[in-house]
Amino acid sequence: MATPALPSNDLQTVRRDVASRKVRDQLFVVVGLLALFACLFSLLVLFSKLVMDGSDRFTWEFVSSFPSRRAAQAGILAAWVGSSLVMLVTACTAVPVGVMAAIYLEEYAPKNWFTGVIEINVTNLAGVPSIVYGLLALGLFVYKFDLGQSIVTAGLTLALLILPVVIVATRESLRSVPRAIREAAYGLGATRWEVTKDHVLPYSTGGILTGMILGLSRAIGETAPLITIGALAFIAFLPTPPLTDVAPYVSFTWLTDPFTVMPIQMFNWVSRPDPAFQSNAAAAGAILLGMTLLMNAVAIYIRYRFRKSINW
Amino acid sequence: METTMSTAADSATTGGHEAPRIAINMDGHRETAPRNAAKARAEGLSFHYGAHRALKDINLEIPERMVTALIGPSGCGKSTFLRCFNRMHDLTPNTRYDGAIHFYPDDFNLVAKDVDPIEVRMRIGMVFQKPNPFPKSIFENVAYGLRLRGVSNRALLEEQVEAALRSAALWEEAKDRLQASALTLSGGQQQRLCIARALATRPEILLFDEPTSALDPIATAKIEELIAQLRDQVTVLIVTHNMQQAARVSDFTAFMYLGELVEVGDTSRIFTNPSKKATEDYITGRYG
Amino acid sequence: MNEPKRPMPAGPATSVGMFASLRYRKARDRVVEALLLACGMVAVFITVAIVAILVSESAVFFEHVTLKEFLTDPLWTPLFADAHYGIMPLVAGTLTTTFVALAVAIPFGTTIAIYLSEFAPHKVRESLKPVLELLGAVPTVVYGYFALLVVTPVLQKLLPELPGFNMLGAGIVMGLMIVPFVASVSEDAMRSVPVYMREGSYAMGATRLQTALRVVVPGAFSGIAAAYILGISRAVGETMVVSIAAGMQPNLTFDPTQPAATITAYIVQVSLGDLPHGSIGYQTIFAAGLVLMIITLLFNVAGFFLTRKFREAY
Repeated sequence: MATPALPSNDLQTVRRDVASRKVRDQLFVVVGLLALFACLFSLLVLFSKLVMDGSDRFTWEFVSSFPSRRAAQAGILAAWVGSSLVMLVTACTAVPVGVMAAIYLEEYAPKNWFTGVIEINVTNLAGVPSIVYGLLALGLFVYKFDLGQSIVTAGLTLALLILPVVIVATRESLRSVPRAIREAAYGLGATRWEVTKDHVLPYSTGGILTGMILGLSRAIGETAPLITIGALAFIAFLPTPPLTDVAPYVSFTWLTDPFTVMPIQMFNWVSRPDPAFQSNAAAAGAILLGMTLLMNAVAIYIRYRFRKSINW
Repeated sequence: METTMSTAADSATTGGHEAPRIAINMDGHRETAPRNAAKARAEGLSFHYGAHRALKDINLEIPERMVTALIGPSGCGKSTFLRCFNRMHDLTPNTRYDGAIHFYPDDFNLVAKDVDPIEVRMRIGMVFQKPNPFPKSIFENVAYGLRLRGVSNRALLEEQVEAALRSAALWEEAKDRLQASALTLSGGQQQRLCIARALATRPEILLFDEPTSALDPIATAKIEELIAQLRDQVTVLIVTHNMQQAARVSDFTAFMYLGELVEVGDTSRIFTNPSKKATEDYITGRYG
Repeated sequence: MNEPKRPMPAGPATSVGMFASLRYRKARDRVVEALLLACGMVAVFITVAIVAILVSESAVFFEHVTLKEFLTDPLWTPLFADAHYGIMPLVAGTLTTTFVALAVAIPFGTTIAIYLSEFAPHKVRESLKPVLELLGAVPTVVYGYFALLVVTPVLQKLLPELPGFNMLGAGIVMGLMIVPFVASVSEDAMRSVPVYMREGSYAMGATRLQTALRVVVPGAFSGIAAAYILGISRAVGETMVVSIAAGMQPNLTFDPTQPAATITAYIVQVSLGDLPHGSIGYQTIFAAGLVLMIITLLFNVAGFFLTRKFREAY
């Protein structure tokens, strides 16, 4: 048996070898770009399909009408008002709690088993399927706390869902504040909270804002947990207005009103066999998708701006 | 000494609503103790990171309104020692101080467990290796320490900020752009801003941790000149890896090696006639 | 060390009112810390609440149904007169859709990650990555519409026998949804492979592709594995796409061209109806939820440890 020979070292062989390996490099660039653009292309197809299917429903009537048994008269008034109010509850609860929890974990928590337990919990909650939050809300908010199938239940459910998003984003941006800045403030005699509120928090506003918007953009499209708590799709009235004309001018009864939201309205229309409702679904989907993409774009822009403005 | 104590007591009892009366005389110095008396004294000071003993039984006196330099090869513990004075190590878990740093004229132990590190830092300022201004305006950087202490009167803040910037030789460059971001300053200016920030709170000791290691030679010369002037108002303790710098700015020099204090004395003597072999080896460039 | 914590002597700028006294500042610090800790505890509370609710409601369910029946009965018909409580049809649906999703997400996600991490110029990466991440931001109900009304009709042209509701279309769209997630976690792992390892490979005459495949990918292996595992956990928990496009009939099959219900789709189906609180039908969704939770928890924990391993490696 002949000993296998090493590849020859003469210039031509080497050149041939390098050339063939470089071709494979080029090929991979093509494959990589193809994979990337296939994904981006499907996003484009998805959006244009929604816009085309729903094209005849982009009217003022669609935005200002309640759902109806006749597809052509149905609209999303109750859905977008409901979505806005639910988001208000979610933002008002998830953001403060999430930011404060993140501050605790990043700035205060001593390194011990107890902090470890909280950390593992946060990581784990980020991976819990959204529908499980729905089951939690069904058992806890709807039946144990007797909040019913109301706006406050929905808002709190989505708040639980996005809490890990807010916590993780806030921690990341707190972490990006250099240690030297903290030391400077401590060196002047600041307490931990003073260091946090005067320096660390203000310098990480961009990241926190980004996390908040990304969290809310996830919440606004979330359907499954709200179906689980029993959200209705057919709501032909608006919640009590939060502002009234008698003192004290603010009313909170809307919190306990029943509701529907954009994604549930869309789901309801998608599941109907009548194709006329499909174009309602497409129009609602286009609006919903437009809203989430817009929120994401704003978040990316804020992140970009803050990265540019503070350069450590 | 008695009179200054009573000022503090007065303001503490009169409550917080009237504008605080504050003597504004940054150029004159507090007559708390005669120059060259002990301002602080380390006695048997050891410091541990977990199981590692980084400082071993250090005894050193820091004289009032003098510049004391700490020199030694990298890793000798000079920065670690400096950071004991304002308890920066308390920010790191698993650290322990043994022994004492007596602080005069009050005579209490800076590193004792029941002494509050925040209180210590309110009396002993620090300037760091790299300029670390807050990403706020120049004015707010200098005013921050005063704001922490509850000063909110605008006129008073302006006066004190100006005084501090003058003491740090930055006033002429900064007076027209007090509202500009501190990050628009050059590196040397930023470091002088950090000095002004520390001075504004009238510290009794000012710690410098290799303050010029990130600066160019011209900026370094300005800072050195400044430190030499500062000895009229504040006790200075400076860590430097640059022996010429120690020779230029300090009155006393302490040489540290492997976590121990090898030798301390008049700067001129340490550099011309060191009594220990290790010191001589270091200043003649055998190591480090 | 006599009299520690005495008030500050009269540094001129320090004589101020009681509201700035150190005691007040420190008391405020303690109050704030307690408040922050309470917020941190919310995460623990949520986990405890999830486990408590799922376990307590499932416990009632398992008084009616034996564990053996639950795991071995081939039928899941809790709402029929002839009720069967075998979870396997739902698990089969979940596994099949997950498998299809991964068959899309892993090749696409990994290729994109290698391209972005090793080949793409800085500008391309910085501008395309956020756009790719938009794919993960699309509401799942919109993806459901896409699977039912775009992907399935296209598939039906290739496979004329394909029913209108099927796991294949739903799985493919789920895969598309997970691509940015797999790509982004894998890319992070690849970029954390130190430059000197790449340089070592380049210095020996390797091309970019050879370096990527023989040095970077093996070096980032645990991170990439974590990306896959976390991707599985996402696919298992995904609800709306399968509810809309895969049909809601429990069906013990692993054939992706068939319609079937997943665990999540079943929960949606029951929730859409009007089951009285406390009935056995009501408790089935908690039992199903518990199974879902256990499956995703296993994957999440595995992913957590793998990520930690690759972070420690460098």
